Amino acid sequence: MREKNKNIGKTFQRLMAYILKTYKFHLIFVAVCIFVSVLANVQGTMFMQTLIDDFILPLLKAENPDFTDLMKEITRVACIYAVGILATYTYNRIMVNVTQGTLKNLRNSLFTKMESLPIKYFDTNAHGDIMSIYTNDIDTLRQMISQSMPQIFSSVITVVSVVVCMIALNIPLTVLTLVMVAIMLTATKKIAGQSGKYFVAQQQAIGAVNGYIEEMMEGQKVVKVFCHEEESIDKFNELNNKLFESADNANKFANILAPVTAQLGNISYVLCAIVGGIMAINGFAGLTLGSLASFLTFNKSFNMPINQVSQQLNAIVMAMAGAERIFNLLDETPEVDDGYVTLVNAKREGDKLVPCKERTGIWAWEHKHQNGDPTTYVELKGDVVFDDVDFGYNDEKIVLHSVDLYATPGQKIAFVGSTGAGKTTITNLINRFYDIQDGKIRYDGININKIKKADLRHSLGIVLQDTHLFTMSVRDNIRYGRLDATDEEVVAAAKLANADGFIRRLPEGYDTILTGDGANLSQGQRQLLAIARAAIADPPVLILDEATSSIDTRTEKLVQDGMDKLMAGRTTFVIAHRLSTIQNSDCIMVLEQGRIIERGNHEQLMEAKGKYYQLSAGK
Amino acid sequence: MLKTLGSQIKEFKKSSILTPVFMLLEVVMETMIPLMMASIIDKGIQVEGGNIRHICIMGAFMTVAAGIGLFAGIMGGKYGANASAGLARNLRKAMYENIQQFSFANIDKYSTAGLITRLTTDVTNVQNAYQMILRMCTRAPASLICAMVMAFVINAKLATIYLIAVILLGTVLMLIIRGATKHFTVGFKKYDSLNGSVQENVSAIRVVKAYVREEYETEKFTRESGTVADIFSKAECVLAFNAPAMQFTVYACILGISWLGAKMIVGSELTTGELMSLLTYCMNILMSLMMLSMVFVMVSMSVASGKRIAEVINETSDLQNPKEPVYEVENGSIEFQNVDFSYQDKGGDAVLKNINLSIHSGETIGIIGGTGSAKTSLVNLISRLYDVQKGAVLVGGRDVREYDMEALRNQVSVVLQKNTLFSGTILENLRWGNKEATQEECEHACRLACADEFIEKMPQKYNTYIEQGGSNVSGGQRQRLCIARALLKKPKILILDDSTSAVDMATDAKIRKAFAEEIPDTTKLIIAQRVSSVQNSDRILVMNEGEIAGFGTHEELLKHNEIYREVYESQTKGSGDFDEGKGEA
Repeated sequence: MREKNKNIGKTFQRLMAYILKTYKFHLIFVAVCIFVSVLANVQGTMFMQTLIDDFILPLLKAENPDFTDLMKEITRVACIYAVGILATYTYNRIMVNVTQGTLKNLRNSLFTKMESLPIKYFDTNAHGDIMSIYTNDIDTLRQMISQSMPQIFSSVITVVSVVVCMIALNIPLTVLTLVMVAIMLTATKKIAGQSGKYFVAQQQAIGAVNGYIEEMMEGQKVVKVFCHEEESIDKFNELNNKLFESADNANKFANILAPVTAQLGNISYVLCAIVGGIMAINGFAGLTLGSLASFLTFNKSFNMPINQVSQQLNAIVMAMAGAERIFNLLDETPEVDDGYVTLVNAKREGDKLVPCKERTGIWAWEHKHQNGDPTTYVELKGDVVFDDVDFGYNDEKIVLHSVDLYATPGQKIAFVGSTGAGKTTITNLINRFYDIQDGKIRYDGININKIKKADLRHSLGIVLQDTHLFTMSVRDNIRYGRLDATDEEVVAAAKLANADGFIRRLPEGYDTILTGDGANLSQGQRQLLAIARAAIADPPVLILDEATSSIDTRTEKLVQDGMDKLMAGRTTFVIAHRLSTIQNSDCIMVLEQGRIIERGNHEQLMEAKGKYYQLSAGK
Repeated sequence: MLKTLGSQIKEFKKSSILTPVFMLLEVVMETMIPLMMASIIDKGIQVEGGNIRHICIMGAFMTVAAGIGLFAGIMGGKYGANASAGLARNLRKAMYENIQQFSFANIDKYSTAGLITRLTTDVTNVQNAYQMILRMCTRAPASLICAMVMAFVINAKLATIYLIAVILLGTVLMLIIRGATKHFTVGFKKYDSLNGSVQENVSAIRVVKAYVREEYETEKFTRESGTVADIFSKAECVLAFNAPAMQFTVYACILGISWLGAKMIVGSELTTGELMSLLTYCMNILMSLMMLSMVFVMVSMSVASGKRIAEVINETSDLQNPKEPVYEVENGSIEFQNVDFSYQDKGGDAVLKNINLSIHSGETIGIIGGTGSAKTSLVNLISRLYDVQKGAVLVGGRDVREYDMEALRNQVSVVLQKNTLFSGTILENLRWGNKEATQEECEHACRLACADEFIEKMPQKYNTYIEQGGSNVSGGQRQRLCIARALLKKPKILILDDSTSAVDMATDAKIRKAFAEEIPDTTKLIIAQRVSSVQNSDRILVMNEGEIAGFGTHEELLKHNEIYREVYESQTKGSGDFDEGKGEA
């Protein structure tokens, strides 16, 4: 518990530091405004005393009551009130900027950070959890910054200034009030503790019910097919009843909290009225009727901030849990990139390559040697070598064992093997989605660890098995491959990928906005777009993951055709499922359990009568 | 909507009525306290020499009032919690039970995600709103009215100031809410799309990274998040007037009452004590108003949720059991007579057109065809997952609409294309097919489905716990478990809808062989992408764009059917599919 509190404290400090970084002066100004606003309010209550003692009672006794002084006094108070109102508006207004600005900054930091994280992060964290940081956690934080923080601040100031005023008015009554406050706080704590216990139970019950609902709704059709409706209802009722019980209890205690503090407040008020009344009659401790009136008002205004703070504390604890998750994401280590070899446009001068600014269709690796040797330029050709590579997603479990591999420019390398054999893993190493444990991967003779990741990936085109499209027009989705591509180039790429035909039949053609990951397109059409996207990037090396999922034969032909056109003249690594692709490859790697067990072209492998032969014949 | 939701209060009527009653009592007690306070000041303190007896009597009354108020408040809180938690439970129950009656068409209409939201978030919204209505909606107006009445009783002239203040503040609050809601509506839409783009980036992170588009995406996001912040700022700037407007009204009232009150006291129209209670009521009245406006916003936000819930509760399944259902399915023969079928929610375009088909009991039928050729739609009619628009589907010689649905579905076992396992052990999952199945029967079914090999390799074998959605088994394993589950029904008709797509070819062949040998009397319909999966069937049905393009043996079709030949040739002489080979474990 203490550990947890410490964490909350740390997170809170960090959050404040984050806000203060940008909004230091804003917050100082807000604090001043809250201070002014509270003081204006307090002095208004003090005015009660003046009104009764200095004006009403003397005026009652006066022969010819003169109201001009009272008018003056009221005007003075009105002026202070006006300042108070202005201050209230000002701090509310500034807090809008602070809140929304902070949230915007946090969102942007989160997103920027997220984009920089290695693929591993996305493998190990549920996507739903990542999303909930952006939605739930940010939302609770908004409540805390915009409401809890100013409210707690103003409550504290109110309590302090009210206590000061009360002491000034009458000390015995102040003591009485504080005793009542202590009782109130103890009661609040007791009830809050009870309710907290039930809230945890409720949270668990909600989790159980929601989990069950999700699972059963996902499988609702299976439930129907197996006529499992009754069992499903029985189990649900059981969980639902449990949730009802814990929700009932949790809310009961939460609901009781408010009347208990309110009525204890009333009792405190009554006690002060009685004791104060008796004191006023006897003129004890210099208590006048006016000061009693003021005091009673203060007594009342004491309860509100205590109520508010106790409510806001819960909100803060919740917000801190969210803030902790936010900061955890912000603290993740981004992808390391120590590469210093960059990709530049180049042109040939004699037999030497020189860098240039314009796009020439020739690229070179600009290798600024660390030992001070003159910068060298190596032409980007697409020559990839794996030298005794070991890889595991973590150090304990190695999934690829001493992989050797060489692809000369323009070659087509096919990977075959069963699921889990490591085909996709190998391709993920070339573009450094993951870093290897041991061995070396060379690209045009350069260790890929020395190449800047961005430039390395620019030189590789990838068509993944699961196609992902973005919420934007078809045109922009294709252009994703190369942002400065012209409209003509987009169409040309679509034509190469055989996507032009169906795109033109879409309601808005190339300007059709795709939504929900291209939900309105068929699997095959989405794949065609992915091919077009790779085509427009025009990379020298391609990584293709052929889809296994079923496409109708006509589209399948188009996809096949598009892929073939894309592969022409490029070094290609293809995770192959189609016989034709495999047969046309220059080299086939047969993988099993993370090792290359056979290599060679189709004829050679068939002759060898090994695993490949078995797989091909084994229908 | 209100009627539907209201009818779900049921056993919580008592709580629902008692809550406002107790809230009212609490309010009345609270209103009385300032009144007695006035009496203490006027008759206890301000009289010559003071009247301690009166002070004590009034004090006792006040304590009693506070005590009753406390009791009422606690009871109100208790019953309020009970009523709202109870309503929530009943709503979930009513929805869940009705969803179990949904047909496939009903499920399609709402979508899985839609149903989940309704059962979770929407119910919570309504629960909170209901509690709010029961407690605050009585408390706030009652407190406002009580305080107002008291104020008028004490001094009608001064109380008029409050009336004006309430009207003024009320109007201003309404304007603020209106103005803010306008921006919030736009804002939340933008906010949704912002979160949508995060979602997109999370799932497509590999594409983003492969094309080195991190900066591009970040720029895009920053732009959008800027817009969101701007719109929300606009809305909250309007809301920022809330507190000062409230303060202005309260202060104006205090000053106005003080000025006029002082004059009246001097003119003996008012006592000091009365002035003080009037000032207390000022706070009561205006705070209640503020509360009311908050309740208004909260409740109006939950109306949409309430509507969505009512929709589900009121939805009637479009498939009803016949009045005198038949419980016995004679045999596994299937016949389609002039069947037309369309999905209503997809604009009613015919998916199946004039289908005539006759399958004998015990036959093995392969079904092949491109995506969208309506293979799945065709087989879904057999177990009456959907109803035909025209014509009839006959099973065992009877129209499927004459059977009891449960009886029919127990005899027609479908392995759906999108299949699901549930959290629980393998045995528990298998017993979905037959609750009473013995361990031996389960193992037998798994042998038929070639699932035994991998189950035996698992540490806890048949007691291995399957995670939600079957996430701890591979696609191929999941499919084989689903087939075993369907086999346990011992159905007369077994339908496999592309159920071996993730199973390697050798295993696929083994499963088919086991079917032929072990359950020869069961009619088997196998939808597949691979010709090799169907070419040994008794007959093969070739579907194309909702029509039967061919029906016959492999050899016949190769000779006479162009579509079949094309598919066959494109998958020539064995496939290059080495996926899901022996390495899978």
